[in-house]
Amino acid sequence: MQDLSLHILDIVENSIDAGATRIEIMVDENIKRNLLRIMIKDNGKGIERKELKKILDPFYTTRTVRRVGLGLSLFAQSVKEAEGKIGIKSKVGKGTVVEAIMKYNHIDRRPMGNMCDTIMTLIGTKADSIDFVYKHCKDNKCFRVDTREIKDILKEIPISNPEVIKFLRRKISSGLRKIKAGQGFSLVKQKVSKSQDLHHKLSSEKGEKK
Amino acid sequence: MKKLKIGDLEKIREKVAKTRVLREGKARARITVHMGTCGIAAGARDILTTLMEEIEKKKITDVIVATSGCAGLCSREPMATVELIDKPPVKYVDLTPEKIKKIFAEHVMKGKIVSEYALAVGSETTH
Ligand SMILES: Nc1ncnc2c1ncn2[C@@H]1O[C@H](COP(=O)(O)OP(=O)(O)O)[C@@H](O)[C@H]1O
Ligand SMILES: [Mg+2]
Repeated sequence: MQDLSLHILDIVENSIDAGATRIEIMVDENIKRNLLRIMIKDNGKGIERKELKKILDPFYTTRTVRRVGLGLSLFAQSVKEAEGKIGIKSKVGKGTVVEAIMKYNHIDRRPMGNMCDTIMTLIGTKADSIDFVYKHCKDNKCFRVDTREIKDILKEIPISNPEVIKFLRRKISSGLRKIKAGQGFSLVKQKVSKSQDLHHKLSSEKGEKK
Repeated sequence: MKKLKIGDLEKIREKVAKTRVLREGKARARITVHMGTCGIAAGARDILTTLMEEIEKKKITDVIVATSGCAGLCSREPMATVELIDKPPVKYVDLTPEKIKKIFAEHVMKGKIVSEYALAVGSETTH
């Protein structure tokens, strides 16, 4: 994955697959403490304790060919490259929390990417049946969207209506710009070799997945 | 904390509510973009964003844009399936924003399959 916003979309897809009806996405860019924190919380079906261990245990990834380079392990790899850590908490029947913390100014930290596109992809296709809460903080400034509040105002008009979507896209984009979300990290610093590695990893996985 | 301005949303609601009665009806077409890990890594989000923006621009309300999980054909991602009412679904592969724009204009709007980008025309479902 080229950037964190794509990882976030991929991790949220897991929550959707798990039947979640409410998904919270939190991004906290704390420059003072030099930390970037991402949290995705859902009320989906959860993960069995046994299964959870397998997901977290890097040595267990050998069990099938397919296990290499799946969503969570790709995310964990990206986070690790920025001296970060990923944690997964889950309760069967209750839900799952995926949390990642990494160094904000690490040279190998992936850029934030386009969070507006990620959120609008989710709202435009899933928000009729799933509630999303998105909170993005940059230092002490925060921006928040809650689709339940939006739906309350819209009443019988579906949130996926093109005019509504267009409006939300504009608002979220300008809201994120106002708090300077995702800014303050130079793309130029990205090592080319890293993205090539990932590309290799993905293309070899592509072959295996068939 | 910055939040969406509620007053603006109410204006949109009123505007949509007024014009909606005229267009009420069943969806005519559905476009499903495969949003699994491979799809996302290959650019599926841009395909979906392009589609949504076309629909926003042209204010189309009878076309549904949806996403689905992995289609099991990672090497041909990004992929999308177009279903017109009463027609077999068509799977498009190796998409780019330009290709999906053409597919939208030709297949979705005019009913003409863009066979050069299509994988197969068959009886398979969205997944
Ligand atoms: N939020 C979640 N809720 C329930 N199960 C999950 C969640 N996230 C991941 N899982 C489980 O972990 C597995 C691995 O996830 P992932 O690495 O994203 O690969 P994939 O989605 O391709 O299976 C999933 O197949 C699913 O069983
Ligand atoms: Mg996944």
